Amino acid sequence: MALQRSDVEKIAHLARLGLNEGELPRITDALNSILGLVDQMQAVDTSGIEPLAHPLEASQRLRPDQVTESNQRDSYQAIAPSTENGLYLVPKVIE
Amino acid sequence: MHQLTLAEIARGLADKSFSSEELTGALLARIKQLDPQLNSFISVTQDLALGQARAADARRAAGEAGALLGAPIAHKDLFCTNGVRTSCGSKMLDNFKAPYDATVVAKLAEAGMVTLGKTNMDEFAMGSANESSHYGPVKNPWNLEHVPGGSSGGSAAAVAARLLPVTTGTDTGGSIRQPAALTNLTGLKPTYGRVSRWGMIAYASSLDQGGPLARTAEDCALLLQGMAGFDAKDSTSIDEPVPDYSANLNAPLEGLRIGLPKEYFGAGLDPRIADLVLASVKELEKLGAVVKEISLPNMQHAIPAYYVIAPAEASSNLSRFDGVRFGYRCEDPKDLTDLYKRSRGEGFGTEVQRRIMVGTYALSAGYYDAYYLKAQKIRRLIKNDFMTAFEQVDLILGPTTPNPAWKLGAKSSDPVAAYLEDVYTITANLAGLPGLSMPAGFVEGLPVGVQLLAPYFQEGRLLNVAYRYQQVTDWHTRAPNGF
Repeated sequence: MALQRSDVEKIAHLARLGLNEGELPRITDALNSILGLVDQMQAVDTSGIEPLAHPLEASQRLRPDQVTESNQRDSYQAIAPSTENGLYLVPKVIE
Repeated sequence: MHQLTLAEIARGLADKSFSSEELTGALLARIKQLDPQLNSFISVTQDLALGQARAADARRAAGEAGALLGAPIAHKDLFCTNGVRTSCGSKMLDNFKAPYDATVVAKLAEAGMVTLGKTNMDEFAMGSANESSHYGPVKNPWNLEHVPGGSSGGSAAAVAARLLPVTTGTDTGGSIRQPAALTNLTGLKPTYGRVSRWGMIAYASSLDQGGPLARTAEDCALLLQGMAGFDAKDSTSIDEPVPDYSANLNAPLEGLRIGLPKEYFGAGLDPRIADLVLASVKELEKLGAVVKEISLPNMQHAIPAYYVIAPAEASSNLSRFDGVRFGYRCEDPKDLTDLYKRSRGEGFGTEVQRRIMVGTYALSAGYYDAYYLKAQKIRRLIKNDFMTAFEQVDLILGPTTPNPAWKLGAKSSDPVAAYLEDVYTITANLAGLPGLSMPAGFVEGLPVGVQLLAPYFQEGRLLNVAYRYQQVTDWHTRAPNGF
């Protein structure tokens, strides 16, 4: 089932990607081409096979619940697009 | 001086034939002179380099030693480098000066390496030709009309052109091995978890792995020694002892069992590459290796599975680039949604947007089982194939790529055509195995690579075989005209 233009618009919204209207046909074609490749998977018999998430099947390590990092706010905010009084600024969210 | 390998530089610095400052100055001049033809560097860090070189010379004068002390390096521009632009080849991070060093960068700097700059790459490491970089394509020094491979294309082109002896790269689906093959280098993707990913800007976290690019196996061993090791800051780092990778380079190969997967020599492989690969097998047989045919029956399913898993992880990883905390922000956002959408729409290039959308779709409600879970099941089938093969053989050998370097632009209009070039490399990432590409000859003046794959944590074995091969062949010593 090929993606339609409206599907691509929905995916772009979910991904918060602002696309140019004029590019949508080209992007729709490209995505359908990639999904055509990906759909070759459906022919593979995977019944009884457990999914593999980590190649060595390691699980996440735990560490003691202790503070190990110092506050780096100033250096991190020095590269932010817009800050004030230690806060990141974005357009007004609540009227 | 630019012809020296890392091992030769280590000897030259140790016996005081030259200082790190002299070497650094000479290489910086060479980069300035030649890199405009190649575009292999995004940033040249001249002041940082000269400062590090003087510091290394002072450490050596004070009695310190070490193979990496005072030797030059450049990092793929996704290794965060404190105070230096770390762009990931993207407009999104064109203004991003990393506020800290990646573990790999910090370890190599502590060992005394001198950072000459940051190398060009496909945007967010998504590509096999280094054509998706915001900073323009990289040219292959073997033929400037051809691509160098990707995504570590700048790291490969710079070493191939003798701008410096070694660089770091990363490999998510072949991004160290494939450009190494296309530029006549030796490149190693270590076992997943061997080299810390901390501070390495993530593409697909369960596949990404950093590693060395060099002109010889000996140099790869030296650089990997400095990169490898457990790192508590990387949640998937593996706590395994790091062996001395240089100690067994010359170990004999008598009785080494090498498997040739029949699926690697089927349709799609340039027959001239097949001939060169089989010639390399003959050399290894002369050194005592025993060759047998094996089968990796699920190899053909690797690319479809990869193009679900990698984009899915990318769509999640790249959600952090939102125009709020760092990186590109659009002009005059109307509201928060507009800020997100336009910052990401304007900041990311075409290929990155495609993969984010494929991943978003594959993870969206109702599609997860059919795509992501299915791909992870195929991932296990691929790993199982390798585990079965390694019961019969010690190493697996085949071509690194099905074709030599293609012309710039030849595959840029059809993403799927470029994806298929990674057919032989992607399986090692899905299974987490170490893999190495080494030079094995030329087709119409363009380099060809042979890939070796080994069981987990046997990087030393890969380096041993490549080293012995490089003692009896001279492909790896060939230099491109004009460089």
